[in-house]
Amino acid sequence: MLAYLIRRLFFFVPIVFGVMLLTFVLFFVVQSPEATARRVLGQKATPKSVENWLHNRGYDKPLLINTTPGQPWHDSLFVTQLGRLVTFDLGTSDVSGRPLREIFAQGALPSLLLTVPAFLVSLAVSVALALYLVFIRNAAVDFMATFLCVALMSVPVMVYVIFGQFVVAQVLNYFPAFGFEASGWSAPKFLLLPVALMVVSGLGADVRLFRALFLEEMGQDYIRTARAKGVSKARVLLSHVFKNGLINLITLVVASLPFLIMGSLLLENFFGIPGLGNVLVTAIQAPDFAVVQASVFLGSLMYLGGLLLTDLCYAWADPRIRLG
Amino acid sequence: MKWLDQIWVQNLCLLAGYGLLARLVVWGLRSERWQTAWKHLRRDKLGLVSLCVIGLYLVVGTLESIVLPSASGSVTLLQRLTAGIPQEKSYSAPLATTALSVADPKPLLGRHVLGTDALGRDTLVQTLRATRSALWIGGLTSLIYIPLGVLLGLMAGYYRRWVDDAVQYVYSTVAAVPEILMLVAILMVLGKGLGSMAIALGITGWVGMARLIRGETLRQVERPYIAAAKALGQSDWRILTRHLLPNVMHLVLIKFVLGFSGLVLAEAVLSYLGVGAPVGTASWGTMIDASRSELSREPLVWWNLTASSCALFLMVLALNLFGDSLQRAFDPKRGA
Repeated sequence: MLAYLIRRLFFFVPIVFGVMLLTFVLFFVVQSPEATARRVLGQKATPKSVENWLHNRGYDKPLLINTTPGQPWHDSLFVTQLGRLVTFDLGTSDVSGRPLREIFAQGALPSLLLTVPAFLVSLAVSVALALYLVFIRNAAVDFMATFLCVALMSVPVMVYVIFGQFVVAQVLNYFPAFGFEASGWSAPKFLLLPVALMVVSGLGADVRLFRALFLEEMGQDYIRTARAKGVSKARVLLSHVFKNGLINLITLVVASLPFLIMGSLLLENFFGIPGLGNVLVTAIQAPDFAVVQASVFLGSLMYLGGLLLTDLCYAWADPRIRLG
Repeated sequence: MKWLDQIWVQNLCLLAGYGLLARLVVWGLRSERWQTAWKHLRRDKLGLVSLCVIGLYLVVGTLESIVLPSASGSVTLLQRLTAGIPQEKSYSAPLATTALSVADPKPLLGRHVLGTDALGRDTLVQTLRATRSALWIGGLTSLIYIPLGVLLGLMAGYYRRWVDDAVQYVYSTVAAVPEILMLVAILMVLGKGLGSMAIALGITGWVGMARLIRGETLRQVERPYIAAAKALGQSDWRILTRHLLPNVMHLVLIKFVLGFSGLVLAEAVLSYLGVGAPVGTASWGTMIDASRSELSREPLVWWNLTASSCALFLMVLALNLFGDSLQRAFDPKRGA
């Protein structure tokens, strides 16, 4: 197991390098540092202030390799950026000048408060609905349910958010519509509506996926054997289909776990929750290139972490699978 | 890019797009597998209805894409057709006779079925015009990501060894960056516009296609017909294009239709985030974005949001349902 983990981590090294190269090309080659400086500093920037801005951040170094005689070859923008990211020195915001590490650390908690309950509730609801659909196996209900799922999938997230906020908060006058307080017991009050919307917006796709997954399990030979032995349909479903479907379910679900920390881009911005998703939307509008670049890097690390986690859970859930 | 604004360039692009589509349909209908699928599809009522809805959107989008010369430069055919609808000063409710202003409700110049927006433009016309953005984003992106994904997927599955390793490395790297972050990053650097949106969506979109085609190619390569073609001494390129490509083409079609709905949704989300359609281009995303503040107005302005989100929803729904029908038609056993 340990050998597998180490091998897997080595496999990630070239991918992380590739991601860094990709973001570097995007933020420093496709758009030159001078152009970034002008867009961040705005119209009133003088050549002197642009130069200062570039120098303070070390962006005035040569791009890939330093070929100036008398200077070390590695004193270039790419190599310093690489070194900084590897040591998790994320730099500072282009706009406020605050360290990015601090900004991200601050946004993590509100994001998790929103996404973790939403994740758990939507998992429970969609698994239950999918199992129910497999259980009744009625053509008409099935058709209606799949149609409904496709319809739910086809509504854009922001329409859910706008309609949800409008109907519940403004017409029914029920929830606080905007804002956030992490202190004490007031947080759930602010989070109830965003969590509910997040669950509903993901429901269609999830139910469809899990239904297909459970149906495939239903077609296995051992299910027919169990039914022939006289095991009741409900029992087969709960103790065989559900348990075995769980293995496949884990692979689908675990990969999304690390992303919970990144929050929800649209929901957080709309409800004024100061999470990481909100940080990113603000950075897009500013524009704050440092924040976006660091998010891309951290996001890809989380994706790779998710892959690793999936492998481990897979081995843990299914004893037939051996890693190593 | 000045030359892109030329009237004949825009019309030629449209014509070329339709030519390509017609060529593909003619090519597909000659294959036996596609004919069987069409027989299945003809009995699928829901699939046919959604195909008709998609056709309607295509007609509207085409009307808005045909550019005619006019006194003030150029207008689209749809603009010319709806020129009789007067422009008001500002908001007005659906079918209202007076402007939406409590203090000073002036009489309107005409009736508007779905009301007017902040600039007094007819909401129904704006919603129809926005179809063009959605279709162009979907079409342009598909032109980028489908050839790229299919070619790389076929090559990885056929040559295997280092080609496969290289393709897998590249798509693992691209996939490692969360899609929305990647899109936002690319669009921040390239700037707003339909073209840069298509490029950004194309860069992130080919990964899924390449994975799908690679997997199917790995299966197809084991089939006897490939061994036969090799034994006959056919070149690799000929095997790839004449033997393998037709056998994975139905997957490309299904992925194209289902992917198209994703692209339309992505266009709306990106426009909403402020990195999408440029100012002055009608798009559902920008309409929805604009309606955020309209819901807190007094009296309430609900028709812009309702019209744009319904149009968007119906299009995505039709594409998703038609994609599912295609899947069932090509693979009747599994898609039940």
